[in-house]
This record gives sequence, structure tokens and C-alpha cells, in this order.
Amino acid sequence: MDFITILQLLDSSIRLATPLLLACLAGLFSERAGIFDIGLEGKMLAAAFFSAAIAFTSGSVWVGLLTGVAASVALSGLHGLASITFRGNQLISGVAINFLAAGMTVVIAQTWFSQGGRTPALTGDARFEEIVLPGAASRIRDIAQQSPLGQIYSELISGHSILVYISLLIVPLSWWVLYRTRFGLRLRAVGENPAAVDTAGISVVGLRYAAVIICGVLCGLAGAYLATGLSAGFVKDMSAGRGFIALAALIFAKWRPWHALGACFLFGFLDAAGNRFQNIELLTFLSLTFLLLAAVSAIMLVIRAIMLARGKDTARGLLTPGIALVVSVGLALGLDALDPEAGGIATYLNTFVLPVQFMQALPYILVVVILAGLVGKAIPPRAGGEPYVKER
Amino acid sequence: MDKMPKWADVILIPLISVVLALLASGAVVAFIGESPFEAMRIMIDGAFGSAYGWGYTLFYTTNFIFTGLAVAVAFHARLFNIGGEGQAALGGLGVAMMALYIPWPHWSLALIGCTIAAALFGAAWAAIPAYLQAKRGSHIVITTIMFNFIASALLVYLLVNVFRVEGSMAPETARFAEGTHLPSASTFAGFLGFRPSTPLNVSFFVALAACVAVWLLIWRTRLGYEIRAFGHSETAAVYAGISPVKITMIAMLISGALAGMMAINSVQGEAERLVIDYVQGAGFVGIAVALMGRSHPVGVLLAALLFGALYQGGAELEFEMPAISREMIVVIQALVILFTGALDNMVRMPMEKLFLSLRPRSE
Repeated sequence: MDFITILQLLDSSIRLATPLLLACLAGLFSERAGIFDIGLEGKMLAAAFFSAAIAFTSGSVWVGLLTGVAASVALSGLHGLASITFRGNQLISGVAINFLAAGMTVVIAQTWFSQGGRTPALTGDARFEEIVLPGAASRIRDIAQQSPLGQIYSELISGHSILVYISLLIVPLSWWVLYRTRFGLRLRAVGENPAAVDTAGISVVGLRYAAVIICGVLCGLAGAYLATGLSAGFVKDMSAGRGFIALAALIFAKWRPWHALGACFLFGFLDAAGNRFQNIELLTFLSLTFLLLAAVSAIMLVIRAIMLARGKDTARGLLTPGIALVVSVGLALGLDALDPEAGGIATYLNTFVLPVQFMQALPYILVVVILAGLVGKAIPPRAGGEPYVKER
Repeated sequence: MDKMPKWADVILIPLISVVLALLASGAVVAFIGESPFEAMRIMIDGAFGSAYGWGYTLFYTTNFIFTGLAVAVAFHARLFNIGGEGQAALGGLGVAMMALYIPWPHWSLALIGCTIAAALFGAAWAAIPAYLQAKRGSHIVITTIMFNFIASALLVYLLVNVFRVEGSMAPETARFAEGTHLPSASTFAGFLGFRPSTPLNVSFFVALAACVAVWLLIWRTRLGYEIRAFGHSETAAVYAGISPVKITMIAMLISGALAGMMAINSVQGEAERLVIDYVQGAGFVGIAVALMGRSHPVGVLLAALLFGALYQGGAELEFEMPAISREMIVVIQALVILFTGALDNMVRMPMEKLFLSLRPRSE
């Protein structure tokens, strides 16, 4: 695999991670305030449809974006009504919202456009165009002739739609709001111990509604990006479980914004790899897996080292990622050194082609593996899922 | 003392919720620009107006009884099994293998064999999420949804690469042998006007038997008591010596088995081969059915009949009013889940106030 292929893979990982990231941050706000939200999927889907439909009829993607966000916020309001005001079961409410969106989008699409539950293809101003940053090349032939640094700039950093850059900015913004503002402190407190917040004279209901609305806005952006940035129009069930993957990423990230970025990028990468390598040999698959493991453990190692330097961690913390890094690099190199013609296991690994269905199911399998807790114990906000009943 | 008489809790509130859901659905139909009353008439006529309609209505009802009971049993243990879709798909796989590889002499034996296979495969598919929930605390809602996606990918792979008939393009198994074909309603109830083409078959009675069995299990056995106790309060159940791991596993295995058993109706009874995505959302309908039926077998039966009628009537509706897409059923299903499940208190709170104010004062 050459350098440009890896860059292209990472490039599409960023694109595919963006809706996951926005949905994951949406879930972060909601769950940090104690409202579980299974309905991220439905809100994304509703936003995807309305943004594409209105962008098509109005010709402006920004009008479409606003409508999509409005649709998502409306569903959020419904979730808030059910789970905050009427103290209903938050899981059931989320499931209802998912079905409502899955059904409504197709029903309305059929009525408006009569194209079998999809919107017409979006062109021109009805889509988010790719932004070519100053000095970056946009054609593949030009990129291929640049220096490696230039290739990284042109292929990886430049050439995304505005929503990708916005979503990357929302990560530090979320961190700042949650950890550096009074609102964020109260929001986190309401997810851990709403009674304490109430005692302090702050409205639990108001805070939770605020969180749910923020969740709606972010899900709306995610859905709009799906239909007007990533693809050109709405098709039935186009969210394809991304809302649930975002929830898994949220648990993986243990409800923290920066970690959410990493988790979503991982899932984006899997998605991109699944798209690119439709029929992949077991040998290549294993090498890629070990390379990915190496990358993850390298990042972990750096994070641990920074924490060590700040005195927040002991040197023993370096041990696990260090060993993981050495082992995975070793295995990757070892696999690379195998001679596919030599017969035996090497030939088998090289001739056994993984079915395309396996590659498509890979993100879902990884979600299960992550939830199985192979990554340590994830403790959700303590008051999550519990309706708050004010004492009288 | 209860705030409300029992009949209000069990019948009145679900009824009001369903009426609200249907009113909201009517509003959606009106929004599309069609007459909700006309749509209602077409649906009722399509579902109950003829033996043909009844055949399909009861066929769908059979599916929804199985998936509804599946969700209901899990609900009693306060587990939310959204994986009915995948478990039913695996049940179909079990039925297909049983029917294809064993030369059955008679349909009754084949029905027993296929029921066992369907239940085992469905239960196996529920076992992993159940184990992860019980042992590792993984969120069962998310894992069961993931298992739906994985099941769908697995079945596509198997139907395309393993079971596909040589020379055929369609991703489906060969037709099952004559010995496995279940008698359709035309043979045992032909006097009611059912034709040989009706999909309704003897597995309808298996579904009814499953209702009785679930009732016995939940309210008349020690295990059922443990499941309910666990569902009411996990800490109290643990204090009483009930193992959370055991109850979670058993409740989910039964749930998966029931969902898988849907395959005897759809795969063995109707299609007589395994086709791609044969479940067609029935696993999800089970959620609405269980919520509406208050997780009681009688309620599940009635709710399944309502949804069976909606499915059959919806198919007729799509035919007569092309502006209304088939997904309208999903909308109705969502609204039923919303009103009977999530917005339950919206109806309950005012009703409780009403009954309290009606109560004769006794000093």
C-alpha cells in the first residue's frame, strides 16, 4: 500500500467520521444531563430528509440545513416532552422516535417527490461543496506529484465540506462548554445528582431541556451533512445505524469530547476501509488490523506520556500501550515478511478472501466488542435514564 | 390503595393511548392530502372484509404474536430486546436447515423439528447480547440492534454463497420438500371460505399455544415469579436469592426463541423457502405489540391482531391510494409505541386525577 492510498483512506475516514462525531457529541450533551437518547438515529434521518428536500426545493443548502436542524430539534422536543415532562421511559421514547423518522421520511418523500421514498439528486448550491484551501491541489493527478507534506495538505486537510471543519471545531467548543462554563458544570451535575442541582435553586427541567435541544441541533447537523455533504440527496434509511454506532463511540469515549473524536475517527476508518476493500484477503486484513492497533497504541502512549509529564500518571501507565505497540508493529512486519508463494499458512492467508458482507458488518461487530468492555469499564452518568421527580 | 380501578389501568388507558395514536396517524394522512376516513375504510375493508383479507390479517397476526411475546417476556425482566428482527432471521435459518437437510415423512413431525430449530437458533442469537448484558453490563439495546445488522449481513452471505440454488440469481434457498409443507387454512378451515393460496396456516395455533405457555410461565411458575421479581427490583431480587445473571440469560433466551419461532409461520408455512429479509420489520412490530398489550399474553394477542389488520389493510391502502406509501404502517407503529409507551403518563396523570375526584369520600 502506498502513501497516497493511506492518505485517501484517512481522507474518507474523516468524511465518514463527521456524522458520527456530530451525533456522538449530541448524545454526549444529552446523556451528560441524564437523558439517554436512543433516538439519535431517527433525528439524523429526519434531518437528512428535510435538509435534502428543502435544499432541493429552495435551491439553497443553507435553508435546507436550517430546516433539517429544525426537524431534528422538533423530535428532540418530543423526546424531552416524553422523558422530562411526562417522566416516561427514555429508551421507549427513543425507539418510537427512530420508527417515526424511518416511516415519516419515506411517507413524505413519496408524497412530495414520488421517487420511491428518495429525494431527487442535489446539484450546485443545493449541496455543500468541497472547500479547497488556499494553495492546495484538488485534482488527483496534481496531488500525486506533490511532496508528501503537500499531499497531506491537499488530500487530507483540504477538500472537505464546511460541516467537516465545523464539526472538528465543535469538539473543543463542547469541551469548553462542559468543563469551563457554569452552564456546563450544572449540566454535568444534573446528570449525576439532579436533587443537588435542584436544592441549589436551579431548574432541573430547564437544564435538561437545554441539553436535549443542543442534542437536537447537533443531530440535525449530522443528518444534514449525511444528505447534503456526504451524498447528494436522501435515500430511505440512509443513516444505516450511525446513530447507534455514535452511541457506542460515546460509551467507548466514556462521555468525554476529545475521546469521542478518537472513537468516531476509528469507526469512520472502519467504514472507509470496508468501502475501499470490498474483497480483501485475510493477510491484508490482518496487516491493516495490526497497523491500526499500532496507531491506536501509539496515540495512547503519547497521551500517557503527556499525563506522566504533568504528573497525573505513573510510569506503569506507559507499560500496556508500549507492549501493545511493540507487539502489533512486530506482527504487522512479520505478516509483511511472509512469502505468499511459500505454501502453507502464508498461502492460505493470502488466498482466503473475506466476504464483502463481513467487511460491511465490521463496524457493528466492533461496537459489540467495545461494549463487551474490552476497553475497560465505562461508567455512565449516575442519574442517566432516571426521570427526576421534584420533592414536594 | 390504588389510585385507579384495575379495569381503568388495564383497558381504559391503553385504549385511550391507541385512539390518540390513531388520531395522530389520521392527522398525518390528512397532511399528505388524503382523507383519513376514506383511508380507514379501505384499511378495515381490506383487513376484515373478505376471507382473503382475514387470511392475511391472521397470518401477520401469527408473526406479531411471536415477536410480541418475545419482547413481552424480556420486558417482564426489565430487559429491552430490540433484537427480534435478527433473532427471527436466525430462526429462519434454523427452519431452512431443518427442512432442507432432513427428509420429513409428515408435516406434523416437520413442524415439531422446525419449531425446535427456529427456537434454538433464535435463542442462540439472543444469547450473546444477554451474556454481555448479564456479565459485562453492555447495553442490551445497542448490542441487540448491532446483532440485527450482523444477522442481516450473515444471512445475505449465507443465502448468496451457501444456500443459493445452482444457476439461480435469486438469493434464496431451494423450495422445501413436500413433507414439510404446513396445511394452510383452506384445508382445516376451508368452510370459512379460505382459498388454497391463503398464507394462514397451522402455525397460528402454535402461536396461540405460545400465548398460553407464556402466561403459565410468567404467572404460574417459580421461574416466572423470579423473572417478574427481577424486573420489579433487581436489588430486592438479589436479596431474595435470585441470580441476576441467570434471570437475564433465561429471559433473553426465551425471548429469542419466541422471536425465532416466527419463522415456522413465514418461512415454513408461507414462503416454503428462506428468502432474503423475510422478517420485514415484524421483529420491530413486536415492540409496539408488547407495549400496547401491557406485556400480557391476552393483550399481546389483541395488539397483534390490530397490527395484523394494519399490515394487511396498509397493503390494500397502498394499492388504492398510491400517494400513501407502505411506510405509513411504520409511522402508525411509531405513534403507538410513543403514546402507549413513552407518553403513558400523559394519559395516566389526568386519569388518575379524574378517578381520585370521583372517589366517594370516606372519613
